[in-house]
Amino acid sequence: MSPTYYLVVSALLFTLGGTGVLVRRNAIVVFMSVELMLNASNLAFVTFARMNGNLDGQVMAFFVMVVAAAEVVIGLAIIVSIFRTRRSASIDDASLLKY
Amino acid sequence: MSAAVLAEAGPVAASGVFSLLWLVVALPLFGAAILLLAGRRSDRWGHWLGTAMPVASFVIVSAMLFAMLGRDSSSRSINQTVYTWIPVGGFRVDMGLLLDPLSVSFALLITGVGSLIHIYSIGYMSHDPARRRFFGYLNLFVASMLLLVLANSYLTLYMGWEGVGLASYLLIGFWNFRPAFASAANKAFVMNRVGDVGLSIAIMIMFATFGTVSIAAVSAAAPQASHGVLTAMGLLLLLAACGKSAQVPLQAWLGDAMAGPTPVSALIHAATMVTAGVYLIARSNAIFDLSAGAQLAVAIVGAVTLLFGAIVGAAKDDIKKSLAGSTMSQIGYMILAVGLGPIGYAFGIAHLLTHGFFKADLFLGAGSVMHGMNDEVDMRRYGGLRKLMPVTFVTFIFGYLAIIGVPPFAGYFTKDKIIEAAFDKGGVQGWTFGFIALLGAGITAFYMTRMVIMTFFGEKRWAPDTHPHESPTVMTAPMAVLAFMSLVSGALLMLGGRFVTFLEPVFGPEPVVAHPISPVVLTVITLAVVALGVGLAYQQYATRPVPEVAPVDVSPLTVAARRDLYGDVVNETLVMHPGQYLTRFLVFFDNRVVDGAVNGLAALIGGISARSRRIQTGFVRSYALSMFAGAAIVVVAVVLVRI
Repeated sequence: MSPTYYLVVSALLFTLGGTGVLVRRNAIVVFMSVELMLNASNLAFVTFARMNGNLDGQVMAFFVMVVAAAEVVIGLAIIVSIFRTRRSASIDDASLLKY
Repeated sequence: MSAAVLAEAGPVAASGVFSLLWLVVALPLFGAAILLLAGRRSDRWGHWLGTAMPVASFVIVSAMLFAMLGRDSSSRSINQTVYTWIPVGGFRVDMGLLLDPLSVSFALLITGVGSLIHIYSIGYMSHDPARRRFFGYLNLFVASMLLLVLANSYLTLYMGWEGVGLASYLLIGFWNFRPAFASAANKAFVMNRVGDVGLSIAIMIMFATFGTVSIAAVSAAAPQASHGVLTAMGLLLLLAACGKSAQVPLQAWLGDAMAGPTPVSALIHAATMVTAGVYLIARSNAIFDLSAGAQLAVAIVGAVTLLFGAIVGAAKDDIKKSLAGSTMSQIGYMILAVGLGPIGYAFGIAHLLTHGFFKADLFLGAGSVMHGMNDEVDMRRYGGLRKLMPVTFVTFIFGYLAIIGVPPFAGYFTKDKIIEAAFDKGGVQGWTFGFIALLGAGITAFYMTRMVIMTFFGEKRWAPDTHPHESPTVMTAPMAVLAFMSLVSGALLMLGGRFVTFLEPVFGPEPVVAHPISPVVLTVITLAVVALGVGLAYQQYATRPVPEVAPVDVSPLTVAARRDLYGDVVNETLVMHPGQYLTRFLVFFDNRVVDGAVNGLAALIGGISARSRRIQTGFVRSYALSMFAGAAIVVVAVVLVRI
């Protein structure tokens, strides 16, 4: 099976994630879309590692997973905290930090 | 000439009685410090301490005079270094004092007349609650003036020069609760600053040219300087002299300075401080002798002021302002004399000394009259005072005869010599200056006779409630001493050319000149002119009653003279009003242009910031979009470059 299909799936997933970040208001959904984009890039890394025949891409995918895990911990904590004080998880409501 | 003499002999180090030289300055300074710092505690005895200090200085200086007379004329310049004042690398100024025949004459005049006026002030200021402070200022003045004349470098001289200016300011404004008096003090101070700028620039030129500010070194090095530098220095020194000595064009402050207590007018604004200009020019004779232009300018200033002051003095009804005009005129004589060069220096200084005596006498007499007349100064409200104030009258007459130059009184010997020296100058200059000096003598006789007649003769024109009385002995005694000096000082100094010989180490030997008019004939002419002046005044003020209010239908010259020959108008038109316009323009420029540029720039940046901060909307999704857009642009750019 040609690795190109993996890349196409990766691109689709990345586009889905990006669109979700841009158009969804619920903070949890935006967060999930970000995860989708990260995993799309993981898929691309692994595919390229396979294509090039070395392990660099796979190692990179592990790094991305670690970063994503850390990000989830902090991001979810912030979202929960905001939800508790504002009774809303809409990112458009949390727009006080401005001019 | 004199420079060569100084360089040859050089001042010798102080020894014996001369090692006390620093005390002459230090004692009055000490007195001033005690009186001004001790406060009310010293109210009871302050005036006695204040008087003791100049008397002590006088005793020391007198002892030095006798010690000096016992020395050979080549070793009569004594130098004492008190301490090193400014040690900066190669530049070193010592706080040093120089006692030579010229400065000892001044020091004697200052401490002698100063002591007498301190004694007089004990009586004159007895009712003033701030008498102690008055004596503190007077002591400060005496110390500064002594520092001025005893200084051995121009920088030390400058310190004394500023000190007397400060003391003069403090004393003119002594009664500064009267706004007019306070502004008179300001006027004197500001006009003096104009002159002081001249002196400071002259000192800078000296340092730049010769690398030293010591008087002896500058005099010795003067012949090496270029003519232009010497003329510039001479003219700047003349400017300084004009400021301090109230000479045209910086004369306007002296009349207003009469706001100060009368002893101040006698000591500072008649006998000593205002003669500092004459001293400065005489002391810098090495510079002036080498620059004919600067010397001529000095003589012209003297001649103009001589007439200017006399005309003002003849029109004033205020006895002190009339005497102020007279002072201006007499100092004009001295400046004219020192502007004549070597033939005039000694006579100028001699007239300065005799003038110190008789003018102080006249001022103290005027003060005594005011003391008895409830501080009335208008001569039109005096009249017939000779019976009630016999001592004041007699001493005033001595001063009067001395100033108009009746032999054998002091003025005859010294003023006639100046008139003679002016004619001796020769040529057009000699005749012009001589004629002006002669005319001045006539006007002097006129205004002084007018003053005496209006004050002491005629009928009583007193304001109601006035009870004239003779002043206490503490005031009349100094007047008597000064009257005695007005009688004898001229003969003492001038007979046999004693004083001229005494000053030879400073000014060089008196040049022998041909007399265009024989001295005997000139004396007769001078006395005739004086008699004419007296006669005119007698005819105008003694043969008909003096009106109590000044008449208004008078000649234009009188109108002008009553307004100080428009001295204030000239100053206001030429200096004050342009200055005010300049200030207003600068304020406008500062407010609109300078502040406008700064504020405009700030407003511009503020406006841009206010608009650009709108980008920060707070919507996370719009930030995300801009990030995507940015990333997309970067990717497109990378791809395009790759291709």
